[in-house]
Amino acid sequence: MPIDEALLERMLLLESVSEFLYREADLLDERRYTEWLDMLAEDYQYSVPLRMNVAYGETDAREETRAGREILWFDEGKETMSLRVDQLNTGLHWAEEPVSRVSHLVTNIRLDAVELPEVSVSCRFLVYRNRVADETDFLVGRRKDRLRQVGDSWQVVRRELLLDQSVLLAKNLSIFV
Amino acid sequence: MTTVEEPTGTGARQVRSLVDVQKGEISREIFIDEQIFKAELENLFPRAWLFVGHATQVPNPGDFFSSWMGADPVLLTRDNKGELNVLLNSCRHRGMRVCRYDEGNTLQFTCPYHAWSYSIDGSLVDTPGALHGVPQQKAAYGTNLEREKWGLVRAAKVHNYKGLVFANWDPEAPSFDEYVGDFHWWLDNLADAFDGTEGGTEAYRGVHKWRIRSNWKFVSENFLGDTYHGASTHASVEAVGIGPGGKGKRRHGERQNEGGFSKGRMKTSFRRGHGASDNIAYEIPYPEFAEDDLDDYFVAAWEKRKEKLQAEGRLLGGRGPATLFPNMSFAAGFPRTILVAHPISPTETEVWRWYLVDKSAPEKVRDWLRRYYMRYAGPAGMTEQDDMENWDYATESSRGVIARRYPFNYQQGLGQETASDLAGSVHSHHAIAGEVNARAFYRRWAEFVDNLSWPELTKLAQVDDRTTEHVAETTDVAGGVKVLDAVDVVDGPPAK
Repeated sequence: MPIDEALLERMLLLESVSEFLYREADLLDERRYTEWLDMLAEDYQYSVPLRMNVAYGETDAREETRAGREILWFDEGKETMSLRVDQLNTGLHWAEEPVSRVSHLVTNIRLDAVELPEVSVSCRFLVYRNRVADETDFLVGRRKDRLRQVGDSWQVVRRELLLDQSVLLAKNLSIFV
Repeated sequence: MTTVEEPTGTGARQVRSLVDVQKGEISREIFIDEQIFKAELENLFPRAWLFVGHATQVPNPGDFFSSWMGADPVLLTRDNKGELNVLLNSCRHRGMRVCRYDEGNTLQFTCPYHAWSYSIDGSLVDTPGALHGVPQQKAAYGTNLEREKWGLVRAAKVHNYKGLVFANWDPEAPSFDEYVGDFHWWLDNLADAFDGTEGGTEAYRGVHKWRIRSNWKFVSENFLGDTYHGASTHASVEAVGIGPGGKGKRRHGERQNEGGFSKGRMKTSFRRGHGASDNIAYEIPYPEFAEDDLDDYFVAAWEKRKEKLQAEGRLLGGRGPATLFPNMSFAAGFPRTILVAHPISPTETEVWRWYLVDKSAPEKVRDWLRRYYMRYAGPAGMTEQDDMENWDYATESSRGVIARRYPFNYQQGLGQETASDLAGSVHSHHAIAGEVNARAFYRRWAEFVDNLSWPELTKLAQVDDRTTEHVAETTDVAGGVKVLDAVDVVDGPPAK
């Protein structure tokens, strides 16, 4: 049977992308935030819209608030992300002091578009946080990433996260989702 | 804890006995106890003026926005005549929430359960929210169903104050203007554009909503005048710097350093429970922006406002943070945002945050403010994240039997209140560490929760016993002289 070169290439690409996203999750959960920042491109854009309850037929137009013009949970670039890392590193950021226990699960990874040196990737995330004693949060949803090849690895250029909550059931978002 | 035996209130002084403003001690029970929470829901929230939403969220006929008043879901709607209505979001037949959408547009709400429908179309019904359609009405009720009696419950009073929409369930409640009194100067700065244009603001689309495991009063108190918490609670964000000046710059703006936050600044505490962490004679400077064109916009706005207000004889201060009794908090500067703490249980609260912007703001200013607000406030805000940690764990660690035996200390600046030119208020020169506002807030809170009648509440509010001078008359800062109606001096301070 002849080897399908195109399929093989795609599988290797998916493997490379998956490995990158799993490593990213590890860095976050091991609290290696400064190293993690290096995985983000300088022109990184991160957005997490609010999700609303709207009528059938209006979901496309109204369900999510729009990046760049409305209020979101997050709509920011690498500079603000870096400030968040700096804040965690003060040791005085009471929302994460004592530090929370966090696990990022990334699954359902698919290549949506391959336009090398960039690829569009979709996945599901489950972020679990436990802090102090019984304070426990589950943040679950869909994610779309735009990755750019840099050397033999990747950087995240754009990340859009759809959190499956309208009222946030966690008291804050002081961890990286 | 058995002190509140009759939550509907009989004039007994059980709750007031837990709030000792003379000693500056307040029992932890008021943050924890189930019976007191029930009494709040019965006696406070159905009688207080509550913030429901912003008029710019419902600009067109049929637009609606789902909100809460206390623990009751409501719909803020605009009817086909352009009027605002506040309706209880619960079917009159079996209680189903007739609308589970956060926002949208419709002139008819049809209950999914049995399809009773309610209209806000004046061509179909006389009163917006009236019962319009009942399936099988004739078969089920014959001619006996009095549809005019079974419309959605309407808030007795609705008031649109420069776009800020408030409602009150109690037809006997005082007017909004009376309830707010001279605290309106703070609402003006919130609702007016930065250049002083009246009502020149709109809400960005998108309201932050999140749950916290805290008593709702911790939230109100925090914005009411607790400038004391900033240095410790917000040490990390201040060390990092997220302000208008760019990376490393202070969160409220650099000019706050020029004595701006404390020098010449006084807290203002209203007998009716409202409080602000500043005074209207003190104008905070606009922040210094990293980008010149942003600086230009705000410099021009500040100058224009100054000219306008001075021509009207008005003072320039009053940007908060502040709380309108009982649960609407806001800041009218940097940032400019409204918070409502909706009570769910003694130890759970749903917090909502709206963000405002000048209607006339150019795109760049609009986008800059939006990004600043999001990195500052709300559950992801680098400032606000740390507040929730405090409120939640203050609530949790006050639940214990031993903890509840020991009151909180509210003694900062006790007995050092000074007179104010604003009716029914006093100042405290303690710009940072002063708790005069909190003492007044809880005193008023207890009077409501003990279910004092409106005449009693009004009488108490007309005489401020915290200074030696009883403020019966005040110079209206808009120019004229305002005399309070029929000030009936009661004998001394009310028993605590």
